[in-house]
Amino acid sequence: MASVELRNIKKRFGDVEIIHNLDLRVEPGEFTVFVGPSGCGKSTLLRMIAGLEEITAGDMKIDGQLMNDVAAASRGIAMVFQSYALYPHMNVFKNMAFALETARFPKAEIEQRVRRAAQILQIEHLLQRKPKQLSGGQRQRVAIGRAIVRNPRIFLFDEPLSNLDAELRVQMRVEIAKLHRDLGTTMIYVTHDQVEAMTMADKIVVLRAGRIEQVGTPLALYNEPANQFVAGFIGNPKMNLLKAELADAGPGRALVNVAGKPIDVPRQLVEQHRGAVTFGIRPEHMELGGAGLTLGPARVQVVEQLGGETLIYAELADGQPLTLQMQGQKRVLPGETVEASFDPAQCHLFLPEGRSLC
Amino acid sequence: MTLAVRESAPATSRRIARKVLGHDAGAYLFLAPWLIGIFVLTVGPALGSLYLSFTRFDLITEPRFVGLANYTRIFTNDAKFLAAMKVTFTYVLLAVPLKLIFALSVAIVLNKGLRGLTVYRALFYLPSLLGGSVAIAVLWRKIFAKDGLFNDVLSTFGIDGVSWIGDPDYALYTLVVLSIWQFGSPMIIFLAGLRQIPQDLYEAASLDGASKRRQFWKITLPLLTPIIFFNAIIQTIEAFKAFTPAFIISEGTGGPVNSTLFYTLYLFQEAFSYFRMGYASALAWILLVIIACFTAVSFISARYWVHYEE
Repeated sequence: MASVELRNIKKRFGDVEIIHNLDLRVEPGEFTVFVGPSGCGKSTLLRMIAGLEEITAGDMKIDGQLMNDVAAASRGIAMVFQSYALYPHMNVFKNMAFALETARFPKAEIEQRVRRAAQILQIEHLLQRKPKQLSGGQRQRVAIGRAIVRNPRIFLFDEPLSNLDAELRVQMRVEIAKLHRDLGTTMIYVTHDQVEAMTMADKIVVLRAGRIEQVGTPLALYNEPANQFVAGFIGNPKMNLLKAELADAGPGRALVNVAGKPIDVPRQLVEQHRGAVTFGIRPEHMELGGAGLTLGPARVQVVEQLGGETLIYAELADGQPLTLQMQGQKRVLPGETVEASFDPAQCHLFLPEGRSLC
Repeated sequence: MTLAVRESAPATSRRIARKVLGHDAGAYLFLAPWLIGIFVLTVGPALGSLYLSFTRFDLITEPRFVGLANYTRIFTNDAKFLAAMKVTFTYVLLAVPLKLIFALSVAIVLNKGLRGLTVYRALFYLPSLLGGSVAIAVLWRKIFAKDGLFNDVLSTFGIDGVSWIGDPDYALYTLVVLSIWQFGSPMIIFLAGLRQIPQDLYEAASLDGASKRRQFWKITLPLLTPIIFFNAIIQTIEAFKAFTPAFIISEGTGGPVNSTLFYTLYLFQEAFSYFRMGYASALAWILLVIIACFTAVSFISARYWVHYEE
């Protein structure tokens, strides 16, 4: 178990700065997920930790030891690549043994470590096969196995599940989480899929354009997003973000006009503001009719029946789109007008530049 | 009415074509240039030469059937054949591996993302385009002669050079160097192969602690084996067929002392100097069988050392 500390980290490719003055600490044994849209710099950051990309400026420490100029192989890190990066001409055993053979481990120990990793990942029967004879999920296991045999201080995962189909992705997600629990090693995982981030992480780092937007536990990010970007990125379906006017605010309450309707929001604002804001409410905190506050009538455009839940895509009186996520099977038809109400304790207000107001 | 008459002519020819060739007439029409080429220019003459290899034929009188006499003589009573075989095999066994190693080395250097790569690529490829030409062979004869440019350069270092093409101990090796100089074509193919090896395999290997040397032996080389195999086959066939450089440098004699008597040069002498067409045809068929055997053995061995990804 090792800690990772990034201080004032910068990455520049030519004249373009990709990572801007980034600070972060990953605690020993923690499962940290870097999440963000494509191009946000999350993979670059991971590769800098791995030693595959040079750090332009700043310090990167593992267990307090400066690593900037330490070779990738000497950092005590193992990495699972998006493409798996299995050596195609070697069988599974050889793939897993490669690092140990390179380090001239005794044959018996190589054999024992590979067998042990294969046992953990249930791939013992595949040891003599070549990567091309394996399915995507099996290749992924081998890639993880290759990392395990080295007993690394830190595991790095670069979008490891993005090449798998939906069902296998869920299965591997569970397996990686279980692996983390069993091994207890520090893991840093990169994904653009917020569901993976939410389900696996102890700590999520949301990145955008080379900057950290928010760091926190999955539920902290879900319940208290620091800004509109995090609010929109975390949660599926996406949070409804509606144009609104902040008319008045007092202790523990704010008066907001949404779609021409005045709404009394029982939230304490962190700073004084009047005028344009963004009103955020998650689809799962919406109701049809019900006891909560109402956003007024909404015209149903599309209804998705998922069996266990119903997704309703509607349009408010002023044309703003609104998504409602209902538990169970709701009998609603496109074209109908419904009363969209919500739990006022769950709503959010954001300043025009994106910062959270409450 | 006029329209009907105008349409009837192509319709009739289509019907005739269909009757003769069946429904695939169109396909045969498009294949015709290739079919004519292969049968008239390749298969026909090849079968003709197979027949001639069992005859005595001097281009003037009619071919006279002699059975296996040509082959018997080649294998039992032809010192020049043995000399030509020795020269050719020495040339193939030296020129092909050396050329491939040189081509691969240059490709690896060029693959490092040099600035002006396209210029280097074109420059290095140029000798391959020129190498087989008469002009270059003539130039090499001048450069490597006793009073040639190469010895002039050596003399500036105080070395007294020999006649690189006039000395039987060196002539063949000069031709080997000429062959290596034409490394451009396999180099381009190696470069394409190197580009195909995914970068993340090297990244994974560097995380696994593999040095650049180990990465070369354990990743680059095994993943290049299909390209090495392809280049080896093509270059070997080319080397067995090498003719122009030896012909020009030895002025058609294969000298000095048969040291550059390539198989094809000997075949040429038999055919066009002594007009023993039947004998030359037998020599040609023996070369064909040697190349076929070599290729077959290569393909069988490939199962054990060539790694195909899919």
